[in-house]
Amino acid sequence: GTTILAIPFPGGVVMGADSRVSTGTYVANRTSDKIAQLHDTIWCCRSGSASDTQALTDYVKHYLGQLAVETGRSPTVKVAAHLMRKLCYENKDNLLAGVIVGGWDAVDGGSVYNIPLGGSCIKMPFAVGGSGSTFIYGLLDSEFRPGMSREEAHDLVKLAISHAMARDGSSGGIIRTVVVTEEGNAREYVPGDQLPFGP
Amino acid sequence: MSAPISLAPGGSASRVSAKSGLEAATERTRQPIVTGTSVLGIKYKDGVMLAADTLCSYGSMAKYKDARRLAKVNDATLLGAGGEYSDFQSITDLLRRNALEDKCTADSLYEEDVNEECAKEVWNYLRAVMYNRRNKMNPLWNDLVVAGFSQPAFGEASEENKPFLGLVDKIGTTYEDDVIATGFGSYLAIPILREKHRPDLEEGEARALLEDCMRVLFYRDCRALNRIQIAKVTKEDGVLISDPYEIETSWDSASFVEPKGQLEGDGGW
Repeated sequence: GTTILAIPFPGGVVMGADSRVSTGTYVANRTSDKIAQLHDTIWCCRSGSASDTQALTDYVKHYLGQLAVETGRSPTVKVAAHLMRKLCYENKDNLLAGVIVGGWDAVDGGSVYNIPLGGSCIKMPFAVGGSGSTFIYGLLDSEFRPGMSREEAHDLVKLAISHAMARDGSSGGIIRTVVVTEEGNAREYVPGDQLPFGP
Repeated sequence: MSAPISLAPGGSASRVSAKSGLEAATERTRQPIVTGTSVLGIKYKDGVMLAADTLCSYGSMAKYKDARRLAKVNDATLLGAGGEYSDFQSITDLLRRNALEDKCTADSLYEEDVNEECAKEVWNYLRAVMYNRRNKMNPLWNDLVVAGFSQPAFGEASEENKPFLGLVDKIGTTYEDDVIATGFGSYLAIPILREKHRPDLEEGEARALLEDCMRVLFYRDCRALNRIQIAKVTKEDGVLISDPYEIETSWDSASFVEPKGQLEGDGGW
C-alpha cells in the first residue's frame, strides 16, 4: 500500500510519496524511500510489490545509463517511461507494479507518465497512484490547475498525500518529495507530526 | 414462509434452520466489516487502566476516527473491545440492559443495597455469551477486555476484593492477567508491558506506559491511530473514561532524513 503523486510545473516536476511499507497489517518499514532516481533528472515513484519495483528500477537505471553513454546526451523522460513500460508490459503476468515516471528534459521540460498495472504508458497533466490514491481523486480534481507554479505544485503534493495518509491504512509515515529541475534535484521530507492535514 | 427481514435478534436467521446435524454446522460465520484494533490493559496501584485508540476501520480505510471503544458497563466495570464495532455495540447494550434491570430490582434505593455485577462476574457472563454464539457458528466478532474488581460492593474494605483484568475472545476463550492486550498489541505491546509492569505503579506511570505502547502500535499497526482514550476503574472514583487526545510521535531518526533512492543508492527500501 502506498500513495504516490507527481505534478509537473513550468521548469520541472514535483514527485511525492509516503513512507510506509506494509505486510498485511504490519508496518514492515516506516522509513522507506519510494522515489527512486533513474537518471540525473529522471525519477520514478514506486507502488505495488516492493521487490518488483526495485528490480524494475534497477533495470531501467542500468539501461538509461548505457543509453546516455551510447548517445552522448541525457535520455528524455519519454524514453525512460517507455523503457519502464516495455518491461512492465512484456512481464505483465509476473509483476505487480504501478509506477509514475517523471522528470525534466530539454525537449519537453517537466513531464509525467503514469504506468499502471497492465503496462500501459500514459502521459498525464499530473499522476497519482497506489492504494491511497482513491481517497484524493476528488481533492486533486478540484485543486489542480495546469500551469501551477513550483510552490503551488509542491504544496498541493504535500496536502494531497497528507489527506491520503489520513484515510488509507496502508499509507503513512512521512512525506518525501523531490523537486526535479534543469539545475538539479531538491529533496525534502515532512515529518509525520507536521503534516498539512493530520493523521 | 417467514418474512425475508425481521426485527428479531439474528434476523431471518433466527427462524429454526431446516438443516440439521452436520449440515447445520457448515453454515458460514460472517466477516467483520467495521473493525477496531488493539485494546491494552494493566493493573496498577489504585485499580485497573485500559487504553484504546478511537479509530474504526472499514477494511483498509480509516473511516471513523472518533469511535469510542471503551465503555462503562456499570459503576464498577469497564469494557474495551477490538473487532466488529456493531457486535461491540450490541454487547454493550446487553450488559447495560442487565445492569439497569439489576438496579431496578434492587432490595431498596439505597446505594449500598444495590448488588451491581462486578467485573469478574461480567467476565464470566461474557464467556457464556461468546461461547454460546460460537457454538451456533455465528460468533460476535470481538476480543473483549473486562476491567474492574473481583468482588461486588467495592465500597467495603475487603481482603478478597482485588483489581481484576480479564479477556474474552470471539470463541469464548477466557483468561485473566496483570497485563492484557488484544490484536496487534498482543505481539507488540505485551513484551513491553511485561517488562515494565509493577503492581505498585502510580497512575501517572501506568498512563505513560500505556501511551508508550500505543505509540509503538501507531508506528507499526496499519489500522491504528494516534488519537487515544485512557480509562480507569478505581475504588474511590469508580469508572472514569478520558476524552480522546493525540499522542506525540517522533519522526526525526536518521532513517527518515537519509534518502535511499539516489542513483548510487540501493533502490529505495
